[in-house]
Amino acid sequence: MKLPIYMDYQATTPVDPRVLEAMLPYFTERFGNAASRNHRYGWEAEEAVEKARQQIAALIGASPKEIVFTSGSTESINLALKGAAEMYAEKGKHIVTSQAEHKAVLDVCKHLEQRGFEVTYLQPDKSGRVGVEQVAGALRADTILVALMWANNEVGTLNPVREIGALCHSKGILFFSDATQAAGKLPVDVEADQVDMLCISGHKLYGPKGVGVLYVRRRNPRVRLVAQMDGGGHERGMRSGTLNVPSIVGLGQACEIARVELPAESARTSELRDHLERRIFGELDFVHLNGNREHRLPNNLNVSFAFVEGESLIMGISDVAVSSGSACTSASLEPSHVLRAMQVGEDLAHSSIRFGIGRFTTREELDFAANQVIAAVRRLRELSPLYEMAQEGVDLKSVQWQAPH
Amino acid sequence: MAYSKKVLDHYNNPRNVGSLDKGSSTVGTGVVGAPECGDVMKLQIQVEGDRIVDAKFKTFGCGSAIASSSLATEWIKGKTLDEALAIQNTQIVEELSLPPVKIHCSVLAEDAIKAAIHDYKAKQAGSDDHEARA
Repeated sequence: MKLPIYMDYQATTPVDPRVLEAMLPYFTERFGNAASRNHRYGWEAEEAVEKARQQIAALIGASPKEIVFTSGSTESINLALKGAAEMYAEKGKHIVTSQAEHKAVLDVCKHLEQRGFEVTYLQPDKSGRVGVEQVAGALRADTILVALMWANNEVGTLNPVREIGALCHSKGILFFSDATQAAGKLPVDVEADQVDMLCISGHKLYGPKGVGVLYVRRRNPRVRLVAQMDGGGHERGMRSGTLNVPSIVGLGQACEIARVELPAESARTSELRDHLERRIFGELDFVHLNGNREHRLPNNLNVSFAFVEGESLIMGISDVAVSSGSACTSASLEPSHVLRAMQVGEDLAHSSIRFGIGRFTTREELDFAANQVIAAVRRLRELSPLYEMAQEGVDLKSVQWQAPH
Repeated sequence: MAYSKKVLDHYNNPRNVGSLDKGSSTVGTGVVGAPECGDVMKLQIQVEGDRIVDAKFKTFGCGSAIASSSLATEWIKGKTLDEALAIQNTQIVEELSLPPVKIHCSVLAEDAIKAAIHDYKAKQAGSDDHEARA
């Protein structure tokens, strides 16, 4: 067993060896520029890119022509939101999103607000989910775009994408969904789910870092975007720049593997996740699930351990690589905006840990991790004045805390 | 974030963890911080004459907060109340090599020492009054 055990699969994933193998020739003997039309080197590269386009399209039920290569989800989000806002500004200047979105979406929305757009930030329910009625209630005559993620990166909660897609299509409003965490983990079908734009990132599904795609619907409706990167007019003019052929080949291979293995992998990871959840909830008291027990990613578990501070817990489980839901390790000392939007109390938000289970997680690793987490929580609770007070029956909410800092 | 060796040592082997009888007239208790800020320190002292003969702590907080309070108990044991009051957070920062984002942990530890001594003195003043009235 290799230590520390990697359980941060929502942050990134290792490249699958089969993906690496597919990529390697495109660094060396097949190094051509996919835009070179006059020789074999160029043709080979273009052929490889088109094969990848098909593999990616197949994963999400799209047509290969609807796949635009980018450097990853952040760029895809910038292109989708800014590109659509600029293109359709004359139709309206209102956008609907949620407070639990990734910072990439929220920051692009803030940027658009400075450019005269109006943004409604819906508050999710306590499980992190946005309801279709909420979206319906926020739509206006001048709404041009709804941007809501498929699956939340911190708590794994799924939004009702299909219902939101149907609503948007019935009103003629574009629907963008950030599927960075969902693609390859859950069935995604842009036709059935009525999504107009969607982003995928290579490194979240066992492909390389620095490559991703934006799916842009070509029919019913045909989505048009103003390019955010000008140049040689690559990717149907939507994203100029020489294609990163080896990474694109890797992303294609990664999507193909994900499509073929999705049912088995999702069953395996959710079984492991459930095992971890059963152990934590069975062996510790005062534990809270952050997220939605019914609508969630198969490979994510976000838990708050009351009376234990997240950063000290992570320190105590140094053989397990996980993320704290709170950003306490940064200078901001602010708990996560997602947990805050879900109205998780600040005390519990400070105690949250996100466990990510992936393709290479074994049962042995999972039990090792569970043992270490349970032991660390018990030890830190012995140190915790809050746990002592809770056991004495003190209601912590009634205490007058002195917090001058 | 990389922690200093001394922070790791206190985190892994915290000194003087526990509780003293907060009802005792010779025990002073200081509780500082707040759960929503991510740090709560409880520091207790047992006093004989004007000397701290025992100290205990419990801390909810990051590794640096645990280390700061653990170190604080180590330092005040055996000191007089005035000597303990003279301990400054900057000494804790220096001893534990705390980075700037963790300075508030040392401030909290200093506050906890002062709060415990203040509580002890208030108790003594209270019982003196009581005796005086009786």
